[in-house]
Amino acid sequence: MANKGDLLLEMKDVKKRFGGAIALRGTNLSVRAGEIHALLGENGAGKSTMLKILAGVHEHDAGTITFGGAPFISGSPQASIDQGIAVIYQEPSLFLDLSLAENVFVGRQPKKGLAIDWKEAEAQARKLFNELGVELDPKRQARGLSIADQQVVEIAKALSMNASIILMDEPTAALSASEVERLMTVMRNLRAANKAVIFVSHRLDEVFAISDFITVMRDGATVSEKAISNTDLQTVIKEMVGRELTELFPKTDHPIGDVVLEVNDLTNPAYFRNVSFTVRKGEIVALAGLVGSGRSEIARSIFGVDSYETGSVKINNKPLKKNSPITAIAEKIALVPEDRRQQGLFMVAGVNRNISMESFDRLKGRIFLNFKKERALTNQWRENLSIKYADQSDPVDRLSGGNQQKTVLAKWLATDPDLLIVDEPTRGIDVGTKAEVHKLIDKAAGEGKAILMISSELPEVLGMADRIIVMREGRQVTELSRKEATQENVIAAATTGKKGI
Amino acid sequence: MSEKNTFKVRKSWDTAILALLFSVWVLASFTTDNFLSSINVSQIFSNSSEILIMGFAMIFLIITGEIDLSIASILALSSAMLGWSYAAGAPIWLAILIAMAVGTACGFINGFLVTKLGLGSLAVTIGALALYRGIANGILGTNTINEFPDFWTSFGFDTFGKTFIPQTLPVIILFGLFFGLLLHNTAFGRRTLAIGQSPEAARFAGINVVRHKIIVFTFTGFMSGVAGVIYTFRFSTAQADNGIGLELLVISACLLGGVSIFGGVGTMWGLVAGVLLASSVESWLTLQEINAQWRTIVTGILLLISVAAPVMVDKYKRARATLANKA
Ligand SMILES: Nc1ncnc2c1ncn2[C@@H]1O[C@H](COP(=O)(O)OP(=O)(O)OP(=O)(O)O)[C@@H](O)[C@H]1O
Ligand SMILES: [Mg+2]
Repeated sequence: MANKGDLLLEMKDVKKRFGGAIALRGTNLSVRAGEIHALLGENGAGKSTMLKILAGVHEHDAGTITFGGAPFISGSPQASIDQGIAVIYQEPSLFLDLSLAENVFVGRQPKKGLAIDWKEAEAQARKLFNELGVELDPKRQARGLSIADQQVVEIAKALSMNASIILMDEPTAALSASEVERLMTVMRNLRAANKAVIFVSHRLDEVFAISDFITVMRDGATVSEKAISNTDLQTVIKEMVGRELTELFPKTDHPIGDVVLEVNDLTNPAYFRNVSFTVRKGEIVALAGLVGSGRSEIARSIFGVDSYETGSVKINNKPLKKNSPITAIAEKIALVPEDRRQQGLFMVAGVNRNISMESFDRLKGRIFLNFKKERALTNQWRENLSIKYADQSDPVDRLSGGNQQKTVLAKWLATDPDLLIVDEPTRGIDVGTKAEVHKLIDKAAGEGKAILMISSELPEVLGMADRIIVMREGRQVTELSRKEATQENVIAAATTGKKGI
Repeated sequence: MSEKNTFKVRKSWDTAILALLFSVWVLASFTTDNFLSSINVSQIFSNSSEILIMGFAMIFLIITGEIDLSIASILALSSAMLGWSYAAGAPIWLAILIAMAVGTACGFINGFLVTKLGLGSLAVTIGALALYRGIANGILGTNTINEFPDFWTSFGFDTFGKTFIPQTLPVIILFGLFFGLLLHNTAFGRRTLAIGQSPEAARFAGINVVRHKIIVFTFTGFMSGVAGVIYTFRFSTAQADNGIGLELLVISACLLGGVSIFGGVGTMWGLVAGVLLASSVESWLTLQEINAQWRTIVTGILLLISVAAPVMVDKYKRARATLANKA
C-alpha cells in the first residue's frame, strides 16, 4: 500500500474531444495518497470528463496517465475497478431490494463452501461502515435510504474492493447541511486510511473546509495546482473565471407592487400544514429550511403537478385551479424544478427543442413552427445565460451539468412569467454563472415579476430575498425581512423551530 | 449514458436503412429483368398502401410509448361495415363515411380504456384485437361482398392512364404530408416526442398527457378505418378476415424505420423507408420466383433484426454504463 504523500495519480497533457467539441485541451492533475484533492472549474471546464476518463467510461485521445506507478489502462470500466479506482456519482445506483450488505458485496460475496456466508458479509459491511464513522444497519434494505446514505454504501463498497482512489463528482449537490457534514467526516476517515479522494464541487466553502490541494481547470486546461495553504477563495475564483468577481449577489431594490401570489392555509398532511403567504410584484420571497422541510412540495402544489387537500391559491387575485399545470402555465406561472434530469429536461432532445418547449405560441406561423425563430430564441438565451454547447441540436444529455441547469432556466424565462418559482436555481452552477443567474432573477424582479425562490444555500437566500419564510417539518416557523435576517436566526428557526434569538 | 447512446444508434440506423434500401434496389435491378419496371414499382407502392396509411398514425402512438395491436381488426371491421351498409342499400359515400367513423370510434375506445382506466395498451389492444374482429365476424359471418361501384374499385386497383402511378398514391401522399408535418413541424408533434422521452418531464412542462394519447389513439383508429376502405376497394372484397396479421407488419415497419419501441424517437421518412424496404425485398423475392413461404421467412427475419438490433446495441451500451456506475 502506498504511503501518505506518495504520488498516486499523474495525468499529463491529457486531451479529449467529442466530435468537433474539444472537452480537454491539455490537462494536468497529480494526486497523492492520503490527500483530498479538489478539482474546480466553471461549467463545461471538463471536470466530469476527467473523472470519466479515470472511470474508464471515456478514453483520452492524447497525453499520459500514470496510476500507482504503472501506465493507466484506459477505456474499460472493469479495468478501472481492477486498478483500484472507484466513482461515487451524485445519484448512486444501488439495488433497492437488496440489503446494504448485499449491495456492498454484490457479485463478490464471501463464501462458506458453496453457500454465501451472509453472517460474514454483514460483519464485514458493519466493519466498513464503522471505519467510515457512520451508523447503518447492514441488514436493512437499500430502499428508502436517503441519497446521502446511499453514497456512503457506495463508498463502503469501494473500500471493500480495495480502491485506492475515490472520485466524487458533485457529491454534495443534493445533500442537506448536516449530511454534507457527515460526508466530510467520511472523507476525512478515507484520508486517514491513506486513500486519495478527488472531489468536484461548486460549493467553494466546502472545498476550503476539507481539501488539501486544489487543481483549477478552465476551458479544458489546467490553470493552477496549489496546496490549500498557498491559495485563497478570491484567488481560486479568479483562476476559475479568468477575471475578478466583485459582487456575488447583485441584488438591487425594486418598487414592490400588488400581490401576485396568495397562498392561504395550504395543507397536504403528508408534507406541509397551514401554509399562508403572499408574493408581490417585484418581490423575491425565499422559502428557507432544511432539505425535506416541505418547500419543494409547496412549490409543486402551487404549480399543480402535486395536489393539496385544503386551502387555496390565488394568482393575480383569481383563484387558481388545483392540480393543473396547464392552467398554471396559462396564468403565467413558471416552475424551475429541483430535479433537472427527471423533471426539467428532455435529456435526449436538443438544446433548442428544450428551450422552445414552452414558447410554441411565439414560434408558430399560422400553423407550423418556424425553425428560424426557434434558432433565434435559442441563440438569444445562449447569450443571456452564456450556455455552452457545440451545436444547438445537441441532446442536452451531452451538456455539462451546469449548462443543463441553465437550459431549464432559459426554457421558463422565455415564457416571460408573472410568477417565477425557482427550486434550487443554482444547483451545480459555477460561481461566475451563479452571479449571472442571480442577476437574471434580480432583473426579472425588476421587470415586475414575482419570484418565489427555494434554496438550501443560505448566502443565496440572504443575498437575494426581500423576505424569508423559514420552514421546519412542513410548518412555517417565522417570516423575516431582509433587514432582520441573519445566518444565525435563519438556521436557528430552521433547526429548532424557535422564532428568533 | 444509455439515452445518449441510443440517440447515436438511431442516427446510424437511419443511414443504414437508406443504404440498405438503395442496395436492395441496385441488387434487385441487376439480378432481375423487371424490378424497376413501371408495373413492378407500381406494385410495390400499392402493396404498401395499408401499411403506410396505418403506419402514419401508428408512429405517433409508438413514439408516445403506447401501441395498438388491434389496428388490423379495426381495418376488418371498417371493411365489414362498408360492405354491409353498401349491400344494405346505403349510398357508397355514406358507407365509406360509416366505415371511417367506426374506425375512429374504435381508436377512441382504445385510447379511453388505456388512459382513463390506466390499463396497459398491450393488454387493452389485445382484447380489442379479438373484440373488433369478432364484431366483423358477427356482421358478415363467412359472407364476402364483392359488388362495389366501378369508380371505387378502379380507384383502388388502377393506375392513372398509362402511367405506373396507382390512383391511391396521391391520397397516401396527402396523408403522409399531413402526418409528417404534424410530427415534425407542429407543437403537437413536439409534444408527442416529449411524452415519449419523459412522461414526468412532460407533466412538468404542462402537457396534457392523457388527452394527447387519446387523440393519438383516435387518429390511429381513423387511419385504420381509411386503410379498411382502401383495402376493400383494392381487392373488391369486404370480408371479416381482411388484413389478418397486418398489425405486425405495421409495427415492424415502424421499428425498421428507426422508431424506438421505448418511445421518444422516430421520423416520418424513416417509417416510409422502412415500409419501402420491406415491400421491395418482398417484391424482389417474388420476381426471383422464390416461393411464398421463403418470402415470409425472409421478411420475418428482416423484421426481427429491426426489432432486435437496436435493443441489443442498447443493452450492450447499458451494460457498459452500469459497469461504469458500479465502479
Ligand atoms: N459525451 C459528450 N459528447 C459531446 N460533448 C461532451 C460530452 N461530454 C462532455 N462534453 C462537452 O465537454 C465539455 C466538458 O464537459 P464536462 O461535463 O466535463 O464539464 P464539467 O466541468 O463537469 O462542468 P459542470 O460543472 O457543469 O458539471 C462541455 O463543453 C461538454 O459539452
Ligand atoms: Mg460535471
